[in-house]
Amino acid sequence: MSNENVTTSDTGTDTDFQTDDDQSIASPTPGSEAVETGESTRTTGATHTVIESRDLDVYYGDTQALQNVSIQIPEQQVTAMIGPSGCGKSTFLRCINRMNDLIDAARVEGDLLFQGKNVYDDDVDPVALRRRIGMVFQQPNPFPKSIYDNVAYGLKLQGRTENLDEKVEHALKQAALWDEVKDQLDESGLDLSGGQQQRLCIARAIAVDPEVILMDEPASALDPVATSQIEDLIDELAEDYTVVIVTHNMQQAARISDKTAVFLTGGELVEFDDTGKIFENPDNDRVEDYITGKFG
Amino acid sequence: MSDASADDRRAEREDRDRPAFAGQNRVRSVKERAIEWLLFGCAALSVVVTLAIIATLLFDAIDFFTRVSPVAFFTGTNWSPKIDQTYGVLPLLTNTLAVTALSALVAVPVGTASAAYLSEYASDRVRSILKPALEVLAGIPTVVYGFFALVYLTPALRAVGLPVSTFNLLSASIMVGVMIIPMVSSLSEDAMSAVPDSLRQGAYGLGATKFEVTTGVVIPAAVSGIFSSFILALSRAIGETMIVVVAGGMSPKLIPSLFESSQPMTAAMVQLASSDLAGDGAAYQALFAIGLTLFVITFSMNVVSNVVAARYREEYR
Repeated sequence: MSNENVTTSDTGTDTDFQTDDDQSIASPTPGSEAVETGESTRTTGATHTVIESRDLDVYYGDTQALQNVSIQIPEQQVTAMIGPSGCGKSTFLRCINRMNDLIDAARVEGDLLFQGKNVYDDDVDPVALRRRIGMVFQQPNPFPKSIYDNVAYGLKLQGRTENLDEKVEHALKQAALWDEVKDQLDESGLDLSGGQQQRLCIARAIAVDPEVILMDEPASALDPVATSQIEDLIDELAEDYTVVIVTHNMQQAARISDKTAVFLTGGELVEFDDTGKIFENPDNDRVEDYITGKFG
Repeated sequence: MSDASADDRRAEREDRDRPAFAGQNRVRSVKERAIEWLLFGCAALSVVVTLAIIATLLFDAIDFFTRVSPVAFFTGTNWSPKIDQTYGVLPLLTNTLAVTALSALVAVPVGTASAAYLSEYASDRVRSILKPALEVLAGIPTVVYGFFALVYLTPALRAVGLPVSTFNLLSASIMVGVMIIPMVSSLSEDAMSAVPDSLRQGAYGLGATKFEVTTGVVIPAAVSGIFSSFILALSRAIGETMIVVVAGGMSPKLIPSLFESSQPMTAAMVQLASSDLAGDGAAYQALFAIGLTLFVITFSMNVVSNVVAARYREEYR
């Protein structure tokens, strides 16, 4: 699938997650120094920022989970978020598609821009936003439905049921699951192995053709073989999608990501740069200590 | 650490006052066994009582069937034990089914919707008020429901233009339905709350609305528990007695009419039991034949419920 296919998919215009035709959308922020990268194998020319946060603070009740996070996440690359437990990396991920809305006590301050539009503006419909930003969770969570219905679920929600069989097949192929399940599409998704279930969840997320895929420790509940399959898959997904992945596994971040953001305790984004730079020569001493295993 | 100090420590440990573990277990084992038997007795009591009830039902019902042929009982279309001495159970059965079906029409949608609201929509504060309130509804004596139907619901139905007689099937059935709402809602809510949150998150993550998550993911995932709640509530409706006695009337009709007097099986039993019948007469023994029929119906429903629940249960890790 080409880049054009992603951005001009049948979900409509770039801003259709808004509830009205607000024309005050900022033009996409051009890549700043932070996003320019000489090392990424995927980068061809200037990169376009898909997600940008500015001074983002998140509170759960009285506890501050994110402090002043500013970051620009480039298109069609894999951006990894690493850091010790409780550092806020998952919280940041859940801010992007407003999954934090589901937690009553969560409060977000600052800006989080998707395609130049602040997703916390009043005119943004989180349901429509989530149709353009897919998510894969830590525990594989297929619905108790058939494999086919799992993949078709998002498409059916959006009423995009024309050529459904083709779309389901395409998504399963992209998720490298088709060959294993093509003869058992009617069987329950819960009957698959853990690694297959997670690839099913990835297929489910990409079936609706989102622009971004958020992954919250997608391999942490899987065995090493399944983990490596998921990692290969993430690498391929970045050809078509912007991938943001939270992981507590530093080797995994080093293997699969183009950019790495390091969060440290207190919800602070300490350093964000090309993955090679972060792992070989980080600017920040605390990042170096964390990377080299002195704490965390 | 030297060997000497290790020996010292062992000596010290042996000096401490510790209970012996050999030679005195006799008293304890007798006591343990006595407790076990006592507990077993309590557990067995309910089984014994159930068996005794079934035996009583069976013996008198068999006696009844030596006087009235089972064919006449199960296929007879006229129930008139006192005047004609005819014992056709079919009109009672159709009335029972009518009450059950109508009450299901009330309780299934309202109960499921309440469960969905409580499990998926209500804030903690609202739930903390609504849930106990629903449970109070389950604690009201059914005779009170019966009088409520007779004194308020029937006149209300008349007020909206329905041609209901003083005792009628509709009013009694609606009230039975209201009575079993808490059963449906409480058990269904338990089933919905047990659906893992990760499934909801997955659906929200795909851009589902709360309603789509509830109807497309939570309810299908909880379907076995929801279905069990229907069956249990319907068994309860089938066995419900006081409401139909007070508000439903005393004249069974083979083809029941919503607006007229009816008499399901339970109400017929009450009428038989409260009239002066000779202890060995066929009319008296008909009580047990009806009772046995009721028992078989509710028992089979519970079996069906268990089978269905087992078949459609999804196991989550």
